[in-house]
Amino acid sequence: MNLMSMTAIELGSKIKKREVSVTEAVTAALDAAERKEPQLNSFVTIDREGALKHAQDVQKRLDEGQIDSPLAGVPVAVKDNLCTEGLLTTCSSKILYNFIPTYTAQAVLQLQQAGAVVIGKTNMDEFAMGSTTETSAFGETKNPWNLSHVPGGSSGGSCAAVAAGECTYALGSDTGGSIRQPSSFCGVTGFKPTYGTVSRYGLIAYGSSLDAIGPVAKDISDCAAILEAIASYDIKDSTSVRREDYKFTSALIDDVKGMKIGIPRDYLGEGLDDDVKNAVLKAAKRLKEKGAVVEEFDLSLVEYAIPAYYVVACAEASSNLARFDGVKYGYRTKEYEGLHNMYKRSRSEGFGAEVKRRIMLGSFVLSSGYYDAYYLKALRTKALIKQAFDRAFEKYDVILGPTAPATAPKLGESLSDPIKMYLGDIYTISVNLAGLPAATLPCGKDRAGLPIGLQLIGDCFQEKKIIRAAYAFEQTRNYEYSPFAEV
Amino acid sequence: MSKIYETVIGLEVHVELATKTKIFCSCSTAFGGAPNTHTCPVCTGMPGALPVLNRQVVEYAMAVGIATNCKITQYCKFDRKNYFYPDNPQNYQISQLYLPICRDGGIEIETAAGKKTVGIHEIHMEEDAGKLVHDEWEDVSIVDYNRSGVPLIEIVSEPDMRSAEEVIAYLEKLRLIIQYLGASDCKLNEGSMRADVNLSVREAGAKEFGTRTEMKNLNSFKAIARAVEGERARQIELLEEGKKIIQETRRWDDNKETSHTMRSKEDAKDYRYFPEPDLVPVVINDEWIAEVRSRQPEMRQEKMARYQTQYGLPAYDAGILTGDKTFADLFEAAVEICGKPKKVSNWIMVETIRLLKENGMSPDQIQFSPENLAKIVRLSDEGTVTNTVAKEVFELVFLKDIDPEAYIKEHGLSTVSDEGALRAAVEQVIRENPQSVEDYHNGKEKAIGFLVGQTMRAMKGKANPAMVNQLLRELLQAI
Repeated sequence: MNLMSMTAIELGSKIKKREVSVTEAVTAALDAAERKEPQLNSFVTIDREGALKHAQDVQKRLDEGQIDSPLAGVPVAVKDNLCTEGLLTTCSSKILYNFIPTYTAQAVLQLQQAGAVVIGKTNMDEFAMGSTTETSAFGETKNPWNLSHVPGGSSGGSCAAVAAGECTYALGSDTGGSIRQPSSFCGVTGFKPTYGTVSRYGLIAYGSSLDAIGPVAKDISDCAAILEAIASYDIKDSTSVRREDYKFTSALIDDVKGMKIGIPRDYLGEGLDDDVKNAVLKAAKRLKEKGAVVEEFDLSLVEYAIPAYYVVACAEASSNLARFDGVKYGYRTKEYEGLHNMYKRSRSEGFGAEVKRRIMLGSFVLSSGYYDAYYLKALRTKALIKQAFDRAFEKYDVILGPTAPATAPKLGESLSDPIKMYLGDIYTISVNLAGLPAATLPCGKDRAGLPIGLQLIGDCFQEKKIIRAAYAFEQTRNYEYSPFAEV
Repeated sequence: MSKIYETVIGLEVHVELATKTKIFCSCSTAFGGAPNTHTCPVCTGMPGALPVLNRQVVEYAMAVGIATNCKITQYCKFDRKNYFYPDNPQNYQISQLYLPICRDGGIEIETAAGKKTVGIHEIHMEEDAGKLVHDEWEDVSIVDYNRSGVPLIEIVSEPDMRSAEEVIAYLEKLRLIIQYLGASDCKLNEGSMRADVNLSVREAGAKEFGTRTEMKNLNSFKAIARAVEGERARQIELLEEGKKIIQETRRWDDNKETSHTMRSKEDAKDYRYFPEPDLVPVVINDEWIAEVRSRQPEMRQEKMARYQTQYGLPAYDAGILTGDKTFADLFEAAVEICGKPKKVSNWIMVETIRLLKENGMSPDQIQFSPENLAKIVRLSDEGTVTNTVAKEVFELVFLKDIDPEAYIKEHGLSTVSDEGALRAAVEQVIRENPQSVEDYHNGKEKAIGFLVGQTMRAMKGKANPAMVNQLLRELLQAI
């Protein structure tokens, strides 16, 4: 019995039936991670000691009947931009190389209350800025399907760890596609919920108005169960939304009869790899065969999403990252003369190139005289994009398309051309601008054997429609493990 | 011949609100406390922490806006003001630029020149910063975030004031309104009220404003008045010399009564304001405004009228008592207990104000309870103690808030009304002062006053004065 090939629900069920102890499950993950890390580098921190201690606590709570979650005892990895009390949280940045939070992020706390055991913190693009996990200050993560390729980003560590069987599932964050694109590249299932569904309290902010925390797992059933555990109305997050229904798992039904699915023609045009296109259209056909009404339509405004996103996200980031100044915590330069020199040197040395680029871009678009031309215009574009989606959702239950224009690029290919890297986010970014929920799930492989992701987008608060469509599609295919999962 | 200049002044007044907790977290706003003990991840700018707006801050800001005739912005938002400084843990301050909570108000002031309205451009809500302590000895700077996140409102006036007198009248009126609302204690010396003065001069009759400067570091009304005069003189002198005024921020040094440049407009920071994405807009519906309005306390004008009708106080008394919130509160509480409005008023207007002056204290530093004031009023009014004793005991009430009743009992200070004891004392005084007795018999009525005084002195002020008077006349007649 390979514990690491199980889904979270399968493993949770075995733990509940006392067929597997929590310590066994957690040890299996820790062993797998430690064995694979030298090649993969999915983690910034593996917390063997803490995880084993928690495993005992959880077992005790299970034995005493205190917890009844399907996730109890299941090992989870958490992206390194989610604060974990007493456990190093770096955002994969030198500037936070020694930062140990005094509190735990609300989403992680809820998972822990459900009995999940955090085994470590996963690698990411520095401050979630990047699409390859190559901007990490602690080395790039490799794609478990092919070690010479990137895992995508920014939640590349979380997605690679799930695909490689280093943990059963993981948490990621998604500001412009950072859960969906690496999930797609790593052949796993990722879910970005509606903005405000999962509390952002304790998520180290990149673009506050776009950031969402979500699950990365083997299938949609796991994602639905994890989402159920981490979603909540949290008074500590003012942008948190009180929802009527958190029972996402109730939508795990193999029935899409009459479901209206729209495919934006804009998502199938220039720049889309043929293999990706064919796999996505084949998936659409499967759903059609199951009774869904599938048609193409014009979404419009797609080309404006990327510039609007980079203006809004970088503007917010330039302010959000101002607190990393060497005064209170994190990296401080060794030698300096006076306050301003300390600020400049600590930040120049502490931040990587991509982060600095985005801080500069964000500072520029907010500066006096440019605010209206860039920031306000971007906000108006954001509103128009939301309206375009609103019109689409008057007709369709779910929008279907590719998650990314191509499969995972080779290591080192992307950073030399940031514009090209930014364009890779074209299908995911508008979802964040509109605050919508979206999932990605594996729907095939390209000619090089790299996974392709199918993206399903829903209207705000319509996660269940996505889950239903995803579940129905999953019944038509088998989950394929990455070659590295067998290592 | 020198020209005639007009001074144009606008004020930016920061007021620390009297909430129990901070504006964006539940930490205490209490003063004092060891450094960094009233802090949490939110007010120390820890990564991942998020602000949550304190509803009371909005209500206080609305109350001040309503009381100063402002329009309430029913869809108002917070913005981030970005600048780097270690007292500001996030390196941005959450403030309001684009949609402040109150706009377009004004209050009426009265000076020797008559009545006029000073417009209020806007009132916005924001968070205070922490405090930097520079340790010269160790050559380090230490930061205390206890004040970080304490709620402030900034009240920005129109440039409607023309003299230091008007500036002080405006500030006093504003302070009284805010104190009446209970929104702040408005202590300039402790920094819970701070005013920056924007000032320019122009030739009388000119249409355009002159170039203005902003003056900071003004810690008392007197300093503000001196700074207005000083800056006016400085600007006029420059203009007379044919020089230009530079738009800049200046720092007032009240000891030297001069100011110096802090930063010029060229150095002005670009704060890169943008809407705070971690907070949702504050939507204020008509019901909420009506609710806050209905809870507005009685303001000075209403109180003055009521003191005259309900308590029958003279207009003069009502004016003084309502001129300071501490007096009004003290008065009402003491009257509630002892039911003697005019007597209570007298004790506040005469003895209390005298003792405040003698001790160099302001009314807000009054420490005694209305209970003890009411007791003094009752004890003196009922004749339990003489006026002289009452005044002496009240000094102790004023200084130490002692219980006057217990004190009088303990020290045997009650008025002596025992006829035997009084008769003996009067007889002795008559024996010892034959000259006064003779004067009395020669028709000098005044002499009796002296003899009463001597008797009171002999009785250490405790003698019942009416009885002393009566006994004296009786015994003098008998001679």
